[in-house]
Amino acid sequence: MKMIQAEQVIYEYARYDEEGNVAEMKRAVDGVDLDVQKGDFVAILGHNGSGKSTLAKHLNAILLPREGTVWVDGKDTKDADKLWEIRQSAGMVFQNPDNQIIGTIVEEDVGFGPENMGVPTGEIWERVEESLRAVNMLKYRHHSPNKLSGGQKQRVAIAGVVAMHPKCIVLDEPTAMLDPNGRKEVIRAVRALNQVEDITVILITHYMEEVIHADRVIVMDQGKIVMQGTPREIFSRVEELKAYRLDVPQATLLAYELQKAGLPLPDGILSREELVEELCRLKQNS
Amino acid sequence: MLKDITLGQYYPADSILHKLDPRVKLVATLIFIASLFLVKSWVGYGIVTVFLFFVIRLSKVPFSFMIRGLKAIIILLLITVGFNLFLTPGDRVLVQVWKLKITDQGLRTALFMAIRLIYLIIGSSVMTLTTTPNDLTDGMERLLSPLKKLRVPVHEVAMIMSIALRFIPILMEETDKIMKAQIARGADFDSGNLVKKAKSLVPLLVPLFISAFRRANDLAMAMEARCYHGGEGRTKMKPLCYKGRDRKAYGVLLLYLAVIIGIRILGSYVPLI
Repeated sequence: MKMIQAEQVIYEYARYDEEGNVAEMKRAVDGVDLDVQKGDFVAILGHNGSGKSTLAKHLNAILLPREGTVWVDGKDTKDADKLWEIRQSAGMVFQNPDNQIIGTIVEEDVGFGPENMGVPTGEIWERVEESLRAVNMLKYRHHSPNKLSGGQKQRVAIAGVVAMHPKCIVLDEPTAMLDPNGRKEVIRAVRALNQVEDITVILITHYMEEVIHADRVIVMDQGKIVMQGTPREIFSRVEELKAYRLDVPQATLLAYELQKAGLPLPDGILSREELVEELCRLKQNS
Repeated sequence: MLKDITLGQYYPADSILHKLDPRVKLVATLIFIASLFLVKSWVGYGIVTVFLFFVIRLSKVPFSFMIRGLKAIIILLLITVGFNLFLTPGDRVLVQVWKLKITDQGLRTALFMAIRLIYLIIGSSVMTLTTTPNDLTDGMERLLSPLKKLRVPVHEVAMIMSIALRFIPILMEETDKIMKAQIARGADFDSGNLVKKAKSLVPLLVPLFISAFRRANDLAMAMEARCYHGGEGRTKMKPLCYKGRDRKAYGVLLLYLAVIIGIRILGSYVPLI
């Protein structure tokens, strides 16, 4: 089953000069085709200004494509009648945790989405409890969001989306403003949702370490999809990634440099453990 | 300086006051404020004081939180007290310095005025400290819902208020940050006369406004992404319905109001101190 399908999506921003006339049109998304199956974990990588966030906003009808079509769970995002259904099936988590928490108490914020959907009161409470448990934040349910750490706030924001029972969650650089610990917490929560609850995840990021668990990685540059494949496939193309101004994980980079220096290591090593293993094997063989 | 404002700062605790229906607390605050202006004698203020302290004890909120809000009105308080103290005509002159006279009447009015202002702030702080802003706006929405028939956008106003309350601490933190950043760049917020001080606020306010607008934009997008589309068809996670304790609280309030009115009427027949 296809969760998200995009066909030849084009989106343009207008730049205005001082008199308010359109000075130029900037193409943020340029002819993107995208297919995401149900239950997938897809990561979208790209440098600043590569159009990845703009693309993300198309996936729950915050932006509508200028040309082309986006289908979410079989529904065309241009269909104004289905707008709320689409936003319910594709939830979105944004970069800044402070600017997306509406409630002054954690549980009230998580209940905000279901309230808007008209879910009966009793069920809202069940949904709030189960989604806070899913992101491991249940013990903070009566706290004020202002007193939480960045990673905790972002997990509350994720719970707020999970409470709407979406089939798919789009996370637009959810870890960009967090410290390394917070980043780990958030990614762990997202992976759990994908594996345990079978929610389709689209993770937009520029941290390479976060995409090694994805089923598929998409690299964007200047509004176009330029690379696509499993993390292993993508990270074995180190030179290409560098051309798109992207870093590779440290272990991958080290393996790549060792390979270039003449060590017979396999392509696409992703983690430190893997590298250690491969190096030990090499040592035993020699 | 910026952290002094307690309004809109919820203090979580497990007390009967926290559990009361926000409508009760709103009505109670109104009655309390009305009572402040109804009483005109020391006996009356005694009753008001007893009631206020009884409520504060019930709330389990530390007293220091209650008086924090007072710092914000200290200048207003001094001016009011000053004017009342020196400019009220009276029969007996207690102290006279140059042309300024303190009369017995003046002293009395000034003290009453001070008590009124202080109790006003403490009273409303009790409400905001024990009620989450969301509850508060829910309560207001419900109390004002008859106005919907007159096409007053009650839900929208309530939503705006709850969001404003949620962002007060965030924007204050931001103000603090910008202030420090500007001080690090050599800005001077403290010295100079009033005009110079006002001018020095420009480099603080401009970035603050830009950031507030950016936040507003983000928040609107996040709310839309979570299916917010006005009050229509919206359910409530915590719907308001009166319980036994709310009825009892209304009973206590009525009693309090009756006593206050009684004292007032009594005062017009018998001279109370």
